[in-house]
Amino acid sequence: MSTGLDRWILTLVMFIPLAGGLLLLVFPRRDRDLRFFALVISVLDFLLSLHLPVHLKSRVYASDLVGMANFQYELNRPWIRVPNIHYHVGVDGISTWLVLLTTFLTPLCVLISWNSIRERAKEFFILLLVLETSLLGVFVSLDLFLFYFFWEATLIPMALLIGIYGHGRRVYAAVKFFLYTMIASVFLVVAILWLYAKTGTFDFVQVQSAIHNGQVENFTVAAPWLFVGFFIAFAVKVPLFPLHTWLPDAHVNAPTAGSVLLAGVLLKMGTYGMLRFNLGLFPEESHRNAPWIMVLALIGIIYGALVAMVQPNLKKLIAYSSISHLGFVVLGIFSFTTLGLDGATFVMLAHGVSTGALFMLAGMLFERRHTYEISEFGGLATPMPVYATFFLFIVLSSLGLPLLNGFVGEFLVLSGAFRDRAVYGILGATGVIWSACYLLWMYQRVFWGKVVHKVNEALPDLSVLERACLWPPAILALLMGMAPLLWLKTIDAAVQAALVPLVEIARKGIFP
Amino acid sequence: MNASLVTAPQAADYIRVLPEIVLAIFGMIVMVVDPLLKERHRQATLGTIALVGSLAALAATWYQAEYPGLAFWDMIQVDAFSVFFHFVIVSVTAVVILTSYEYMEVEEIRAGEYYGLILFGAVGMSLMSSAVELVLIFIALEISSIATYVLAGFRRGAAVSSEASLKYFLLGSFATAFFLYGVALMFGATGSTSIQVIGRVLSSFEVPALAYAGIALMFVGLGFKVAAAPFHIWTPDVYEGAPAPVVGFMSTGPKAAVFAVLLRLMFEAHAPGRIWLIWVVAALSMTLGNLGALVQNNVKRLLAYSSIAHAGYLLVAFAAVPDSGIPAAMFYTASYAAMNVGAFAVVSHFSSAGERYVRVEDYSGLGSRSPVLAAILTIFLLSLIGIPITGGFIAKFYVFSAALQSNMVGLVILGFLNSAVAAYYYLRLIVVMYMREPRTEVPVSAVPAGMGAAMALSLAATIYLGVLPGRVLDYAGRAVAELSR
Repeated sequence: MSTGLDRWILTLVMFIPLAGGLLLLVFPRRDRDLRFFALVISVLDFLLSLHLPVHLKSRVYASDLVGMANFQYELNRPWIRVPNIHYHVGVDGISTWLVLLTTFLTPLCVLISWNSIRERAKEFFILLLVLETSLLGVFVSLDLFLFYFFWEATLIPMALLIGIYGHGRRVYAAVKFFLYTMIASVFLVVAILWLYAKTGTFDFVQVQSAIHNGQVENFTVAAPWLFVGFFIAFAVKVPLFPLHTWLPDAHVNAPTAGSVLLAGVLLKMGTYGMLRFNLGLFPEESHRNAPWIMVLALIGIIYGALVAMVQPNLKKLIAYSSISHLGFVVLGIFSFTTLGLDGATFVMLAHGVSTGALFMLAGMLFERRHTYEISEFGGLATPMPVYATFFLFIVLSSLGLPLLNGFVGEFLVLSGAFRDRAVYGILGATGVIWSACYLLWMYQRVFWGKVVHKVNEALPDLSVLERACLWPPAILALLMGMAPLLWLKTIDAAVQAALVPLVEIARKGIFP
Repeated sequence: MNASLVTAPQAADYIRVLPEIVLAIFGMIVMVVDPLLKERHRQATLGTIALVGSLAALAATWYQAEYPGLAFWDMIQVDAFSVFFHFVIVSVTAVVILTSYEYMEVEEIRAGEYYGLILFGAVGMSLMSSAVELVLIFIALEISSIATYVLAGFRRGAAVSSEASLKYFLLGSFATAFFLYGVALMFGATGSTSIQVIGRVLSSFEVPALAYAGIALMFVGLGFKVAAAPFHIWTPDVYEGAPAPVVGFMSTGPKAAVFAVLLRLMFEAHAPGRIWLIWVVAALSMTLGNLGALVQNNVKRLLAYSSIAHAGYLLVAFAAVPDSGIPAAMFYTASYAAMNVGAFAVVSHFSSAGERYVRVEDYSGLGSRSPVLAAILTIFLLSLIGIPITGGFIAKFYVFSAALQSNMVGLVILGFLNSAVAAYYYLRLIVVMYMREPRTEVPVSAVPAGMGAAMALSLAATIYLGVLPGRVLDYAGRAVAELSR
């Protein structure tokens, strides 16, 4: 039974931040009140979104049902009659958690920007809240047009956050970020429009079943192109090697909150898109293209790790580590195994939490010293013991220590990849080793030994506010590592459903 | 001899040209009252009369929508299509009049005929959208063109303005001559100047070669007016020289009207060779417009090139099947009118006396010096790029999806790549506004009421078309049935 709340919950969660942003527009320019208001809105949104996983039913439909009616909290209202566009939202076990990740990180972003954003604070928080709405929109849209709408809508607030509130070559980074994504999504929109032209609907479920039942004319000819069209747009967002060059620039120059959302959520738009649309709409093409995509993912894992190793800049190091971690996600998705997909989804969440926290930690250091150069630090454990402890904890969770969140996902992905082809698993596993190398080495250079630079001796340890930012991700990292089943139960149900068309293909024996 | 030729016009006939009559009467009132007024209040009073006139014309259009049908010996046709374009044109006229208040004062132009000319121009444009007979279309085209030639030269103190006016006049007359020649050839080929009859002949008999030539020549004339490549060379110079509110007017009003004519010509008259003609011109306009805009430093020139590119996007819809192409083109016209008039309102407010501040660098730091003005311009620019929640997004999406339904994959990909290129130069302006140090030597004055209303109206229209496009799209859809018989 879907009650009123169940039907409107997604819409509420999605638009509360936007409404808050609009209210901020008419708010007087008193910075403290602005921050409080933004915090209240984002926390409220988070609490409301908790409803989603609590009442999510982990059901799997019979395997011959490709419609995958596994979406819950659905709301489907016509928005524009011609072309046939619906406001169709809904979540399954995968997107629920991405929604939660977004609502979880946004209040932290508000907190982390509490003191660091002093100029044009009002615009900052408006942009942050608008960004949240558009991110949520991406994850809950079940109408291709709506999806594209929000996909594009994330661009502007993010680019403005980088360009206005960033540092260094912020304008260059913002424009690069914007153009990369904009050009890549050209292919996405053409593919979407083609599908609409042939099926007369933008609805994901309807398009999917039309493709499945072979009702789309010329589909076999167009499918490779459509697959690539979707894939390029997502690959740039992930970013998959060799389309990753915008990411380090964007990260290094973005303000802390921007980096947190960029790494924590924006990159997942790409992997989520692959999972939902590439696999969901083009299972055969996914199978056909999996080998080279897996190779790119492996290159990304290893290349990202190696480049991270030699970075003199702390934030760039974390940025490259993201490329490496997201490689795992892609590897898991295209292994087409339940384990791999479960793991991929889990890595998305774990990476969001740990890397988000890492960027916050880096930002705290930046506020004290106005630099990210690793060589500027050393021996920080002496003046800042609490900071060093938090940092170590997050580093360990990020490199995949058992009992912390990083381990579960990577382990599952690697088992999945191994099952798909042993060499993938072996190569991917080296990534885990590499990540231990660069993270621990970085930690050693920053925190251990004697204090090399005099300025660092008097650095203040964490303030209450900063601790408040770090406790939630730390606790969550532990919880996700200790009790992954809390997440995996619902994820697994959704993954099973997502794999139905792929399993079917394998059963038909089209592919050996 | 046709019996209807000898019957006298009925009352309904006059209702079917009511908006034109209203506009013309108010234009004449402006001219007559002008010398009677005291110098001090003259501009404001005349502007108000013109504004009332345009609002009355809007009401007349509303009223007229209840009386669809042919009038004046089948030369005029009132239908959903013509009413739609009347709305666009008359609304644009009203908004431009609102933006002109401040401009006239700052530039110290004391001339009543300015508002008169705007109204007369609107008469021509409205007539173009309801005329279904080629000679009448030609006359309407001339009425609108001559008004805009004069308007382009209204900054009498500035040499660029006179240059703009003269250039526009010379090239424009040349283009209209092409159009007239095309009409003559079409008459030779089909024996009629009525679009309906031409459509019947061209769709039922073998198409004579002369008709191809006729369409091509007419297209040259009309392509010039909408600034489609390769007939676009005049655009940057004229837009740079003409007064900013006038540019806002001539980049939207006449364009909408000419697109209405083109729609009738291409679809109702079953123009032969439509697809390849449109393909080439659309591809050229998009590409040349966007590439040209990349290197512009003057905002007015930049928007001139952007308007060339937008003509290209719009023409893409003409290559589609009528069912989806016509409403797509109509929607694009409306949303382009809203965002472009708005953008030029901001530009004209910001440029100050003598249009001194029209370079991109002059906008440096506007985001912190005048957040509201910068935010408004940003939204118009985002709409021009085609970013969600703005009319530009839905318009572009709709046009390209229409083209894709007709399997024009190449043109669509070209179009989207072009819009990615275009993002760069619009974005440059946004970047300058928000991410550069403020320039204190550039004055930022408060926005007067009239200008504020103009900006608010265009902003509201842009957002409305972006969020709730349903009603407008539906209305545009109704026009299809009438055009694609």
